[in-house]
Amino acid sequence: MSALNGLLAEFESASDLVAAAKTTHRSGYNDIEAYSPFPVHGLGEAIGFTKNRVPLVVLIGGIIGACTGYGLQYWVSAITYPINVGGRPLNSWPSFVIITFELTVLFAGLSAVIGMLVLNDLPRPHHPVFNVPQFERASQDRFFLCVFAADPKFNVTETRRFLERLKPISIADVPDE
Amino acid sequence: MSTQAVPLEDREEPVLEPGHDMASITAKISDIVLERPLSVGWVAGVMFCSGIVLMLGTAVGYLFLKGTGIWGINIPVGWGFAIVNFVWWIGIGHAGTLISAILHLLRQSWRNSINRFAEAMTLFAVMCAGLFPLIHTGRPWLAYWMFPIPNTMGYWPQFRSPLLWDVFAVSTYGTISLVFWYTGLIPDLATLRDRAGNKWIRMIYGALAMGWRGEARHWERYESAYLLLAGLSTPLVLSVHTVVSFDFAISIMPGWHTTVFPPYFVAGAIYSGFAMVLILCIPVRAVYNLKDMITIRHLENAAKVMLATGLIVAYGYILEIYMAWYAGPKSIDWYTVHNRFFGPYAGPYWMLWICNIIVPQVLWIKSVRRSPFWLFILSLVVLVGMWLERFVIIILSLHRDFVPSSWGMYYPTKWDWMTYIGTLGLFVTMIFLFCRVLPVISIFEIRMLLPESHVHPVGDHSVDAKHAGPPQLEGKHG
Amino acid sequence: MAAENTKREDVCPGKNKKKTLDAQALDLAVVREEIASTSGPEYWRSLEELAGSDEFRAMMHREFPKGSSEWLDSVSRRGFLQTMGASLALAGMTACTRQPLEQIVPYVRQPDDVIPGRPQFYASATTLGGYASPVLVESHMGRPTKIEGNPDHPASLGAADIFSQASLLDMYDPDRSQTPVYLGETRSWKNFTDQIRTRMAGQRAVDGEGFRLLTGPISSPTLFSQIQALLKMYPKAKWHQYSPLHRDNVLAGSMLAFGQAVETQYRLDGADVILSLDADFLSPSFPGSARYTHDYAARRNPDAAMNRLYVVESVPSPTGAKAEHRLSQRASEVEGLAQSLAASLGLGGSADEAKEDARFLRAVAEDLKAHSGASVVIAGDQQSPEVHALAHAINAHLGNVGKTVVYSDTVLANPVDQTASLKELAQDLREKKVDVLVILGANPVYDAPTDLNFGDALLNSGAGLRLHFGLHQDETAELCQWHVNAAHSLEAWSDGRAYDGSVCLVQPLIAPLYEGKSAHELVAALMGQSTLTGHDILRSYWQGQAKSADFETWWRKTVHDGFVDGTAYPAKAVTAKASVPAGKSAAAAAGDASMIEVSFRGDPAIYDGAFANNGWMQELPKPMSKMTWDNPAWIGPAYAARKGLKSEDMVRLEIAGRNVEVPVWIQAGHPDNAITVFLGYGRRRVGRVGTGVGFDLYKARSSDAPWRTTAKLTPLAQTYKLASTQGYQTIETGVADDHGVARTRPVIREGSLEEYKTNPNFAREMEEAPERNVTLYPNVDYSDPNYNKLGYAWGMTVDLGACVGCNACMIACHSENNIPVVGKPQVVVGRHMHWIRVDAYYQGDRDNPSASFQPVPCMQCENAPCELVCPVGATVHSSEGLNDMVYNRCIGTRYCSNNCPYKVRRFNFLLFQDWETPQFKMMRNPDVSIRSRGVMEKCTYCVQRITVARIDSEREERSIKDGEIQTACQQACPSNAIVFGNVNDPNSKVSKLKGQARNYSMLAELNTRPRTTYLAEVRNPNPQLESAEHAGASSAVEHAVVERS
Repeated sequence: MSALNGLLAEFESASDLVAAAKTTHRSGYNDIEAYSPFPVHGLGEAIGFTKNRVPLVVLIGGIIGACTGYGLQYWVSAITYPINVGGRPLNSWPSFVIITFELTVLFAGLSAVIGMLVLNDLPRPHHPVFNVPQFERASQDRFFLCVFAADPKFNVTETRRFLERLKPISIADVPDE
Repeated sequence: MSTQAVPLEDREEPVLEPGHDMASITAKISDIVLERPLSVGWVAGVMFCSGIVLMLGTAVGYLFLKGTGIWGINIPVGWGFAIVNFVWWIGIGHAGTLISAILHLLRQSWRNSINRFAEAMTLFAVMCAGLFPLIHTGRPWLAYWMFPIPNTMGYWPQFRSPLLWDVFAVSTYGTISLVFWYTGLIPDLATLRDRAGNKWIRMIYGALAMGWRGEARHWERYESAYLLLAGLSTPLVLSVHTVVSFDFAISIMPGWHTTVFPPYFVAGAIYSGFAMVLILCIPVRAVYNLKDMITIRHLENAAKVMLATGLIVAYGYILEIYMAWYAGPKSIDWYTVHNRFFGPYAGPYWMLWICNIIVPQVLWIKSVRRSPFWLFILSLVVLVGMWLERFVIIILSLHRDFVPSSWGMYYPTKWDWMTYIGTLGLFVTMIFLFCRVLPVISIFEIRMLLPESHVHPVGDHSVDAKHAGPPQLEGKHG
Repeated sequence: MAAENTKREDVCPGKNKKKTLDAQALDLAVVREEIASTSGPEYWRSLEELAGSDEFRAMMHREFPKGSSEWLDSVSRRGFLQTMGASLALAGMTACTRQPLEQIVPYVRQPDDVIPGRPQFYASATTLGGYASPVLVESHMGRPTKIEGNPDHPASLGAADIFSQASLLDMYDPDRSQTPVYLGETRSWKNFTDQIRTRMAGQRAVDGEGFRLLTGPISSPTLFSQIQALLKMYPKAKWHQYSPLHRDNVLAGSMLAFGQAVETQYRLDGADVILSLDADFLSPSFPGSARYTHDYAARRNPDAAMNRLYVVESVPSPTGAKAEHRLSQRASEVEGLAQSLAASLGLGGSADEAKEDARFLRAVAEDLKAHSGASVVIAGDQQSPEVHALAHAINAHLGNVGKTVVYSDTVLANPVDQTASLKELAQDLREKKVDVLVILGANPVYDAPTDLNFGDALLNSGAGLRLHFGLHQDETAELCQWHVNAAHSLEAWSDGRAYDGSVCLVQPLIAPLYEGKSAHELVAALMGQSTLTGHDILRSYWQGQAKSADFETWWRKTVHDGFVDGTAYPAKAVTAKASVPAGKSAAAAAGDASMIEVSFRGDPAIYDGAFANNGWMQELPKPMSKMTWDNPAWIGPAYAARKGLKSEDMVRLEIAGRNVEVPVWIQAGHPDNAITVFLGYGRRRVGRVGTGVGFDLYKARSSDAPWRTTAKLTPLAQTYKLASTQGYQTIETGVADDHGVARTRPVIREGSLEEYKTNPNFAREMEEAPERNVTLYPNVDYSDPNYNKLGYAWGMTVDLGACVGCNACMIACHSENNIPVVGKPQVVVGRHMHWIRVDAYYQGDRDNPSASFQPVPCMQCENAPCELVCPVGATVHSSEGLNDMVYNRCIGTRYCSNNCPYKVRRFNFLLFQDWETPQFKMMRNPDVSIRSRGVMEKCTYCVQRITVARIDSEREERSIKDGEIQTACQQACPSNAIVFGNVNDPNSKVSKLKGQARNYSMLAELNTRPRTTYLAEVRNPNPQLESAEHAGASSAVEHAVVERS
């Protein structure tokens, strides 16, 4: 058996998981992760996740989009190819508003998705927890809590005993490969 | 928030029939894709529809060979079926985004069962719509000149043209709808990955799921991203049909040059969009036995939206007449309206009133709103009506404008019809395929409709169905 | 343009053969291979070889190659043209163009030597019905590309009518006959002359006993002298003349009045009051119309002394449309009316006061009297000799002769009663008296009166030699053993007299494309001088005539000017017989009620059928009905209502036992109980464009009643699709009025002289135009030197008072701007391509409306709605205010056209332009790019001409002079209704006109700020009559709609 990556506790319901995560985190484990088939309220805080930078990314994306939008139109219409179209001025700002808006939305939207994926370190086809057979139910109807070996407080026997106190359905070793 | 914020009617009627748990939901929806054998009906349907797509190919091929002259367009009626269909399809698309984005923001938990479906519909509709602006040009092989990329002419697009606004609005709309849809799919793709027996299928869905593990951190970021997308899509969807309406409102043609267009185009879009949603939902929930997830209440809500938007559309029509009256009998607007009422195209115009305004009033009757059969029929009527609306706006305004010497008539040719019907075939084909390769209902969002998805204080395991709420809306992003 | 230069080489067979030949031509494969296998020098020899092959015969026997029936199906048109392109005939003609061998003299406007890229102009002439029109021909590198009027000649003054302009296309017509043909086999000219020599020798023996010559009307002094010589050579021979649109009645009228044949000319510049008795003297088919139109229009300026026009007419015409007072009468009633008029003027006879139009007559009579010596009465060609005689008498009585009416020798050499002349020939043919019949340019088998059965007569005459000489192998050629291909007037030397008698010289611009011969050469051949060239013949004739000592100088000058100085006929003193001919027409007018009166007219566009294969003419909307590609019969609204007939319904006309079927068209202003049919259509054998188009009404025309008869009309069940470019001629109807539809935009504005005097600004006040500065944006300042460096701002005015709707501008534009012909089906669906159109609007009583014309080119709006909506900037504004169209930027969204309130934009929905036929490549104006499929196009103010002028002026370091640039439409306009120039220059003519009170912008309230503006029409009605008529005067022409079918 190869090196241990962590211990994976399986739970029945979201409530159990949240409770378990809270206790684990409170008792000093930091390098832990909770898995659920749908977003569970409070789970993030439970495992000590507070910094969500997605909104910031979107804001920046939106600003860039707006500048690109108006900049492109102004540059094209007034600078690189200035020409009289229907007697309108070169910089016909009211006409330029719409494309500016569209590009803002486009850039912001794309940065939301891409930002989310990148911050989530996705795509990542392989992850040690996938090696645990029952983990496939994490995307269906089971809830998991994983304490990683990397955690300074981690100790196979200690941690396993600690987890057992949380009354999980099962506890599995997460092999490291 | 929690139970308090749940809309009142949630208490009266669940959006998810009781008796489901996570396993059953997951199994029921994903099995449509993974387990259900190919039915004869499905295969036949796909064959038939792709036959129609073939016809579309023929029509477009011949068009490229000969030129737009194979259509019925002329001077003065420079735009015909192509633009009518474009506006119609784009409009249909709107319901999808509306359901997935706006209802999401409005915390309408019932949308969870139909948003996936509606978004798919949006994508396919935009696909069909996008086809037309490209092929309707005289020299389609140069249509790319409408994009802001350096080209052989060393010249850039002309940004004052509403047609160019269209290009940006529609392409943005298409892109955002796609990513929005895909983002929503990721967790379900993971589910399919984990349930798939066959290695290859597992690998395909695995690749698409990008290794989604449902970590708490992922969910946090996922939700804020999703919420922001919803927030962005809402003004976007409103802008798209507004911009489409600018194609007409910005011009100086009588019947086009009017300020009421943006709101009533948007309303009309949602109107036809929900009609299409119903037309698709009603058979699908029957065929795939999803009546317990897409309930009568979903249908009724859709019907209510149609009723409301239908009235806004009616307001648009009436305002047009009022404006003509206000401008007085000497005005060109007066003549335009007169021409609609009594001109050579009076038939389509009156049909439009019947289909869009008069018939849909039966939706005031509750029993009609709750009858899938009648809703289906009514939706068909509304779709015809909305198509006619675009026909009226485009052809009737163009065929008689300021200078009577240049008045003309427009008669569609067989190629016009082939192209239009062809896109219908394309649309249905895509729907058919979608039903079999992706979960038609968002599994993870349905899970959240389950009572047990709600987190209770530790120890308290009593579950109360009445307290089922959409937790995804809680917390700082709410 | 560069692309075009490269294309131009295609005209050389050496280069072009491969290209044209790889096209699919099913039945030509073999021939093609054979040609392809030969190259360069042996090419022509191999043609001779080919002539032996079966494929070749097969092809020559066919009227025209397979697929030509698809001509009108524009979708397959291109494929068809490839077939044609590959046909041997075309391969044969695409020789590089050569200048004629003889010295031809360019017109002064350009240096004598060719500057590549710069056109040269040559003075020449075209003839119609025997009358010559002096023209200038533009030539690019030896290829005639456009025909314009000759400014130095009084008959043209720079204007050119549709017929002379369109004859250019005739020269390049790929369906022209291209070789002499004997029994369907090509022969050479040599071969022909050999054969004919023996024949004619035989005739010499019998003094030409059996020799007959049939020509059209002739005014060429040279040809006339040749024919006289010919007749001297064959004393017993007979010379017959016939053209279907003959002026027999005019001739008879002058015989009746003066006992001799005289030409009647009018001096309209001196006429304050004009009365037309069914005379359409403002239409191009009327001899001298170009000058008459000019003189008439010159008197339409309300600020000067205006003339007044009364028209009594049986067929709505442009002349009637311009009239202050128009009386719609059946043709048969005109004579009685003329008599009453004569009577009320005191020329004896009985004034029939009972007539309901007595009021009109009284007013006219008084007006004429009041303007004795400054009035004129003009009788129509189709009216009876009596009417002409009456007109002469009245003019004499009013003392107009010598002032507004001038008599002279006849322009036509040896004028005869042509109907009688042809009758006699037919008779001789039947009686087998004819052994040799030579037909010069006439086409009697098609256009002879039907009762002569000329075809049978010809076929069964047993004549040993029947020779047809003409541009096409037409219906007559089919029944002759010999056909000799004629040279077009642009290819041959000749001469002819203009309406005033002055002799115009015809000089060739290009060596005959198919080695055709001129009439002179043929006649010479008949006299055994087959080697004489047209040039020799013409020169030798004039050498005899020339008074000048130094003939060379005289000749050079004459050829240069295009006409022989001092040959205009002097006025001739003749006295009309005092007695007024008693009318027999009263009887004719009264007939049994079941019958309807039929009037015959030549077609306004394709004349007597001569222009049937001319795409420009076929697609030219006829002035009143805007009809193209067909000749429906006209009936009046009242009659239609009574019979329940709609436009496009088919009817059967039974005339003296003969049946013809024809569609009807309800023409506003057409008299009741009458029907007008137009001749020239239904050609059975002419070419890809004209064959089988329309209905042959010659079948209904008999020699005893050439212009007027009665028929029994039976409506038929079926209908027939017609292609009018203006479906809605906006005739008020009660129905429409109820909904207030009768008033949309006053696009046409007119008022009476009184109104103009009291309120000159009436036109502007009909519609409020926004202030210039009421705008979100600053205005573009076209006078700002930083923006508009050269300071020109181009603008145009169109004087609606002067425009007579003659369409000359449309053909000029077609020719100048390489505008494609689209064919009937495309016109039906509304895709005609005219850059400038002439709209016709009617107002008032449908049975006698007042009509107005409005030429509509691109308005060149300063705030162009089209530019704003183009996504790719394919239409943008130039600093000189032109609304430029950038063809190769255009992707064809058609948004610009949708947003054009004037609908002047034209779109190439399909590949309308003919890229294949070599002839057309030669014909095109190299300064204007050829538009392909999927591209929008429109009027450019002839930007190519502006550019040339700009370059010239810059080279000469001066600014462009006012009037230096003439747009094609302006140049062709006989009434000078169109004026173009620099609006930044306050002294330019156009600026002055725009400053006038009656200047207004079309749809001004849209604030598009058109550079093209209109001068409102001001009419000068007779106060006595005005009260009743013209109630709607000074109201905008009201746009109620009558829908066809």
